[in-house]
Amino acid sequence: MAWTWFHRLASPPHVYALAGRWTPWLGWPATLLILGGLYGGLVLAPPDYQQGDDFRIIYVHAPSAWMSLMVYVTMASAAAVALIWRMKVAHAVAASCAPIGASFTVAALVTGSLWGRKMWGTYWEWDPRLTSELILLFLYIGYMALRSAIDDLQRADRASALLAIVGVVNVPIIHYSVIWWNSLHQAPTVMQLAKPAMPAAMLVPLLMMLAGFTLLFGALLLLRLRAEVLRRERSASWVREALAA
Amino acid sequence: MSAFFYMGGYAAFVWPSYALTLAIIVLNIVWARRALARARAEARRRLLAQAGAP
Repeated sequence: MAWTWFHRLASPPHVYALAGRWTPWLGWPATLLILGGLYGGLVLAPPDYQQGDDFRIIYVHAPSAWMSLMVYVTMASAAAVALIWRMKVAHAVAASCAPIGASFTVAALVTGSLWGRKMWGTYWEWDPRLTSELILLFLYIGYMALRSAIDDLQRADRASALLAIVGVVNVPIIHYSVIWWNSLHQAPTVMQLAKPAMPAAMLVPLLMMLAGFTLLFGALLLLRLRAEVLRRERSASWVREALAA
Repeated sequence: MSAFFYMGGYAAFVWPSYALTLAIIVLNIVWARRALARARAEARRRLLAQAGAP
């Protein structure tokens, strides 16, 4: 009884319809939160006493970096579910994550580089945090390259799922790199157990951006998931009904 | 207003960061919608091909 929702998530027509219904409910709040966060971060937040207005890069850098990690964890979890329970829909979720994650990893790396130019005096350094985030980008690219290199969809699903799962070891390395090693990168500002090291006028726009990016990921994932589910259903009659709707 | 765009002298770093991130958001929306439109068109073509076959 309690597991019916889980079994229904394995059913492509159910997932296709559910994803279509949920997309606007994630997409519009995401838009509002990001617009609000942009206004708060660029206009309302006061300049930092040390970094001046340069610190405002945090409002695009931190959410992009958060996105790069969250998407990877989602991708690896979906891949694990797909392998363990042989769930096709979960493979479709994992495959949908990769391009989203890769693009936001690029955003995190480039915005971080622009921020580092003035604060650290360099665009790039082979620092633990920066290097492990670059490896994350290569994992995403490797995942997508592996998928497109294998013609048989089932084999592509299985091989890429293994790669995604093995690569997840990089996620804690990225997160703890600033603590384990002597990194140029600052320690976490928001994600710490003690109270955040920021006044509310700076913190609230950041939290809005983080929430907005998270919901945006949800909306993007659902759009891509529907495409993936359709691609996998060769001759199902529900496709006819879904396309008519 | 010009002070806003000047960003305390950090305009050359702040604005490209925002422009790139927003561009990636917009591109992601365009790409995802296009992927769905393409998958729907392909599925429609498959259905037509099946209907045409005996």
